[in-house]
Amino acid sequence: MSGSEPSRRVGPRGGIGAGTATPGRGPRTRGWHQSLKGYADDVRGRVRDGEHGPVSAILGLVVIWIVFQTLDSNFLSPRNLSNLSVDIVGTGLVAVGIVFVLLIGEIDLSVGSVSGLSGAVFAVLNVNYGLPEWIAVIVAVVSGAAVGALHGVFFARIGVPAFVVTLAGLLIWNGLTLYLLGASGTINIDQSGLVASLTSRYFGAHAAAYGLAGLGTAGYLLAAVRHRNRNRAAGMPFRPAGGIWLRGGVLAVLAFGAAYTLNQFQGLPLALLIFLVVLVVSDYVLRRTRYGRRVYALGGGPEAARRAGVGVERVRITMFMLSGTLAAVGGLFVASGLTSASPTTARAAGSGMLLINAIAAAVIGGTSLFGGRGSPWSVLLGVLVIGSIASGMTLLGIEDSIQFMITGGVLLAAVAADSLSRRTDRLRGGRPRAG
Amino acid sequence: MELQLRAGEVVALAGDNGAGKSTLIKVISGVGPADRGVIEWEGRPVHIKRPHDAQTLGIATVYQDLAMCDNLDIVGNLFLGREIDRVGVLDEVEMERRARELMRTLSIRIPDVRMPVAALSAGQRQAVAISRSLMGSPRVLLLDEPTAALGVEQTSHLLDLIEQVRDRGMAVLLISHNMGDIKAVADRVAVLRLGRNNGLFDVSTASQEQIISSITGAADNAVAHRTTGTEEAWP
Repeated sequence: MSGSEPSRRVGPRGGIGAGTATPGRGPRTRGWHQSLKGYADDVRGRVRDGEHGPVSAILGLVVIWIVFQTLDSNFLSPRNLSNLSVDIVGTGLVAVGIVFVLLIGEIDLSVGSVSGLSGAVFAVLNVNYGLPEWIAVIVAVVSGAAVGALHGVFFARIGVPAFVVTLAGLLIWNGLTLYLLGASGTINIDQSGLVASLTSRYFGAHAAAYGLAGLGTAGYLLAAVRHRNRNRAAGMPFRPAGGIWLRGGVLAVLAFGAAYTLNQFQGLPLALLIFLVVLVVSDYVLRRTRYGRRVYALGGGPEAARRAGVGVERVRITMFMLSGTLAAVGGLFVASGLTSASPTTARAAGSGMLLINAIAAAVIGGTSLFGGRGSPWSVLLGVLVIGSIASGMTLLGIEDSIQFMITGGVLLAAVAADSLSRRTDRLRGGRPRAG
Repeated sequence: MELQLRAGEVVALAGDNGAGKSTLIKVISGVGPADRGVIEWEGRPVHIKRPHDAQTLGIATVYQDLAMCDNLDIVGNLFLGREIDRVGVLDEVEMERRARELMRTLSIRIPDVRMPVAALSAGQRQAVAISRSLMGSPRVLLLDEPTAALGVEQTSHLLDLIEQVRDRGMAVLLISHNMGDIKAVADRVAVLRLGRNNGLFDVSTASQEQIISSITGAADNAVAHRTTGTEEAWP
């Protein structure tokens, strides 16, 4: 659908694709001259070891698309896929925030309410009080960050379990949202304004989507080749050129295929562009900076991280802050899609549909609930799975009641798979793959 | 109690459970500072109030639980808390290069420094933990029961490693229950009993029985205690 690369598995765990950062352990230890075979082996090894998140999510996505396409031939139409790529962004951004919190082994249950709050804050300030849109947007996002920081302080400083803090937050912020909207009821936002354009703006010129696809592919290739050359210069094992081109090729096919599809409808959606930028930036920060490394360390062993001098408290608070901020930004996209903020949607947010979709998206894509494993890119896959199911069921006219049960079931299955893979880990005392 | 460490020497710290070995390690490493007493470093008294103080002095500690992040690879663990970066971006290539170099100089056999620590054997983990503690070129290395979880062959590798560290001119304080290990690698043995010195032996001259009886307090204990106890009870 978009410029990602499904086989990419990122994170200090040292995945196949750590791409620009961590040279993969798989192919490298398995013989340099058989890169193709090496990658296939690596994927097999991953699945066998229970590290199947991304692989099974891709398979799941393919199955879902085939099933819905056979049931309704409009499912894979450029129009539906383009709409899907816009609809997933709100949930996707919230889910990226969830990934940050999951990486340190915690959970944030308040994101649905916080995103509702952000939409309401924006609508009240802009429509009822007549503040300029950009100020209202900033206040909405900052309030999300503040709420997240508050959760973080209660958790990291006072020691209240994150699950309880954010559960209380779920109710509190939902209550505040209803209170804010209470006086006016549903508030319709400016149809042609900044926030509305978040989901309604498309870059119609064909060059936009193709340019982005080209940029993504070139960026990946450049970074991978540069990393390889540095490794070679330092006299260390390096990724074989064949592997880089293969991966670059797969990425190019996906990216240009997605660009072609989007251009068949209205072009590159602004929402998708923003989503991809958020993914690239958060992945980069987590994987390539000192700070990101410490986030993973905290998820892998809090005590070890503490002894190594990681500012545990600070990292924890900032992760909740990021989660709140992204929830607020996601909330603006949700409000933008509905072009309104209303008590009905606020109640729906409080009921947890957005929360469950966001958690499901993160976990389905391969981010572990137990901390230290996963990446923002997992959200793209997960949210595509969740979004495709929702879109397909809506297309087929399946009722909400059934949709709830199916989404809940998918979340449960994803979490069960995560737990099973963790259990295999423990039983084996690790996952030897050096052979 | 009193204990002296010299550069290029391995001192074993022995003692029964509850003798105060771990407490002593905690005091020296700054995890649990002492209420009273003096620590002297190169002849001048120093105060070690937190782990950071000990690290600045050049005291590195390998705890029994190793304190590793299982999800990070070996390089990530070695450099945790002291990552190398270029303008804020991690320099993975340089870190990997140094990690390989370190593994090579210590002759630690690890298939790939990019393996996650979770995939390593107990001996390999121990070796990685020790090499991590050597990263900041410390002067003193504290090892808390390093051989407790290891098999025979892994233990002998570890003892080799300890000797290497010693030959680099570092002082090593080795806490151990295992007489064999102590005999094999230590120069001196300090015995703790109920929080006090109960003898300091030169490993090359002292007999194993001497050391063990000092640990258990057998010399003044087993039979002797009973007789004295009896005498007190029945005057």
